[in-house]
Amino acid sequence: MKTLNFRVVLFAFALIFGVVFSIPSLTQSEQGKKIILGLDLQGGLHMLLGIKSEVAIESRIKSMAATVKYVFDDEEIIFDDLRMNEDGKITFELLDSDDVVKAKEILQKEIEGTTLSENGLKFTLEMTPEEKIRTEKNAIDQAVDTIRNRLNEFGLAEPTVAKQGTDKILVEVPGIKTQEDKQRLKKLIERAAHLQLMAVDEERNARVSTMSAAEAKSFGNVILTDVNTPEKYLLRAIPVLDGSMLTDAKVGFDESNQPVINFTLNGQGAKIFGDFTGQYVGKRMAVVLDSKVYSAPNINERIGGGRVQISGRFTFAEAQDLAIALRSGALLAPVIIESERFIGPSLGADSIQASSLALMLGFVLVVLFMVLYYGMAGVIANVALVGNLFLILAVMSLVGATLTLPGMAGIVLTVGMAVDANVIINERIRELLHQGKSIGKAIEDGYNNAFTAIFDANVTTLIAAVVLVVYGTGAIKGFAITMGIGIVASMLTAIVGTHGIYQWILPRIDKKKMVFWFGIKKEEAK
Amino acid sequence: MSKSKRFSILSIIVLLVSLTLILTKGFNLGVDFAGGTLIQVKYEGDAPIEKIRKAISVDQSYESASVTRFGSDDEVIIRTKTASSKLGEDVGKKMNALLQNTGTFEVRRVDMIGAKVGSELREKGLMAMVIAIIGILLYVSFRFEWRFAIASVLALVHDVTIAMGMIVLFNVEVNLDILAALLTILGYSLNDTIIVFDRIREGIRTIKNPDLSDIIDESVTRTLSRTTLTSLTTFFVVLTLFIFGGEIIHGFAFTLLVGVIVGTYSSIFVASPILMWLGFSVSGYREKEAVKLKREKEKEKMRAMYENGTL
Repeated sequence: MKTLNFRVVLFAFALIFGVVFSIPSLTQSEQGKKIILGLDLQGGLHMLLGIKSEVAIESRIKSMAATVKYVFDDEEIIFDDLRMNEDGKITFELLDSDDVVKAKEILQKEIEGTTLSENGLKFTLEMTPEEKIRTEKNAIDQAVDTIRNRLNEFGLAEPTVAKQGTDKILVEVPGIKTQEDKQRLKKLIERAAHLQLMAVDEERNARVSTMSAAEAKSFGNVILTDVNTPEKYLLRAIPVLDGSMLTDAKVGFDESNQPVINFTLNGQGAKIFGDFTGQYVGKRMAVVLDSKVYSAPNINERIGGGRVQISGRFTFAEAQDLAIALRSGALLAPVIIESERFIGPSLGADSIQASSLALMLGFVLVVLFMVLYYGMAGVIANVALVGNLFLILAVMSLVGATLTLPGMAGIVLTVGMAVDANVIINERIRELLHQGKSIGKAIEDGYNNAFTAIFDANVTTLIAAVVLVVYGTGAIKGFAITMGIGIVASMLTAIVGTHGIYQWILPRIDKKKMVFWFGIKKEEAK
Repeated sequence: MSKSKRFSILSIIVLLVSLTLILTKGFNLGVDFAGGTLIQVKYEGDAPIEKIRKAISVDQSYESASVTRFGSDDEVIIRTKTASSKLGEDVGKKMNALLQNTGTFEVRRVDMIGAKVGSELREKGLMAMVIAIIGILLYVSFRFEWRFAIASVLALVHDVTIAMGMIVLFNVEVNLDILAALLTILGYSLNDTIIVFDRIREGIRTIKNPDLSDIIDESVTRTLSRTTLTSLTTFFVVLTLFIFGGEIIHGFAFTLLVGVIVGTYSSIFVASPILMWLGFSVSGYREKEAVKLKREKEKEKMRAMYENGTL
């Protein structure tokens, strides 16, 4: 009569659990949680990006300057000589000393994170160090969001965009197949999409071709070139509006059926735009994208609706990508690549094939050896091994762990290490049988004595795995997680599981058939 | 233990050779740690290495690039020390253009690691090794005794050093996966050592003879089959990985292979002699164990008295 015990029941549950939850991954069915393949197995792009935060700070200062101009104009405070100087400070001069108190109030209300110093009627506005740090942090967070939005619209399967550490952005896009797609994606991410509406300095623009950058700066201007022609424009350095006031950007077509981008401004943006165009009738305004002038139309009348159009001789694809970039928001700071890994799809498939072959061969070798050397005990160990493999697959699928190429190697390693426990236990049992103990006692003592050694051995390998999870990245992390799960699962199957099976079939074990059961050679048994 | 002198000398020689190799020839650092660009290209038919070299040297950044075979004759690796941080530049596309007339090919893999990331990974890698060793030291001290811990860690350092020596000798490119293999060796080769130590610990408790060298001899002999068999099963699987696992994890499998072999050897012939050498005293250990046992018994008595209400 076979005796059921909690161990064998537990093992049976684990086995069923393992098989059931492995099925979705093995049959690639739509339902159920499947195992996620790492980029090195399914192919794709992995990038670590950083940002040039000095530029983010510069942008913020420009934005502050634009706000100063706007609020002073709005409150009718007369000022002169509003400019940004080299060390990132904003200076201006008030012309009416009665305005000083009001000006200070407004500045405090409208602009945060600055300190204001005065020298008579000359004022200097400077960013505080805390504000600088905050701006940098915001720049990264905003870059993460912006890139995520852009990639989601790109239409590829499940890209991952996340902040890594304090200053890096992780981007993973599985399934990118061609170099062209890869480049298009990178260009999309790279695009600052920094939109500015700037006023043309009509008084001095005629001299733009002979003016130097320094001279332009002294007038509070900046020289920018057209995106398609070598024409230069002299523009007021402080922009009227920037892309943060955009609510939408769509591709449209103009009268000659060329793709154009139509964008809409939000309430405040529309008001600022209306006021500006009202004041600037007869002069030109420049639509600047990423520091290139796309168009510089004449302002014929006040534009109140907050709608602007830019045309720049784009192709339809370019216009679409640009619209995506504008809609997702501007990148305040240029993005640079810290590291990039691209695995083509054919390599991924080859890797899966090679490691699967190794797994199967390794498994067969170990199984054969166990049966040949340990007889029935080896068969029991092999049953536990199969359960172990299913458990690993099931746990990884449920937890959403990623299987990488080193991870496959980790599974292969687990096959070798899982049977170690059984080798130790079987050797111990053989030794005890040699000493003449009864089968039941030999088995119980064998498991008890061997347990401490196996446990200690597994814990030390687990320590190495944990360290790798903490300090490892990407593929290596996958290896450590797979190995860790494998070790823990092996303790359940190789130890508890096989113990349970022995207890279950104990009455069946015939002491006379030791070779069959434990592979003991005739000369050894007494 | 008389044979142990011979093995100790062998170990020391191999160790010295490994150290010399590491310090003179140095590691062949892969892009993960040295930074740079790596491109894997597969051709239909044999890869024309000379043609490739000529074709890419047109571009300044690839002037000093190395072009080597990767696994089979139809696949090559192009490697440079520089990495471009500009998103707009795509190395894959550039390669497609540069190699246009060299034949039918496919760019299978591109790795580009900036110098900053490379040095960060180096740092992290070193930290990982140190922390793993400390973790293991603490655990083994806790489970056995501090001398066991030091003996096992020294055996591990021996194993990892020899593995690194082999890596240098066979010019294996050291990337993150090699580091993972080394850390795995740290964790795994300890397994064998612990099996032997566990038996020694048991022997100390049960064998009457207080001579440590005899206890060790007997424990090692009795666990010999165990140690070699567990290593054999792992050796099988790592061998299949090495032969059939493909070129990408070849270096990884090689490192593990060396680790399994050396680890087994050190568990049998290195760890125990170090234990002796550290002045482990059997009687001292037994006394400490006896004291521990007595304290346990007293605690039990106190607890029983408390429960019975006599305290």
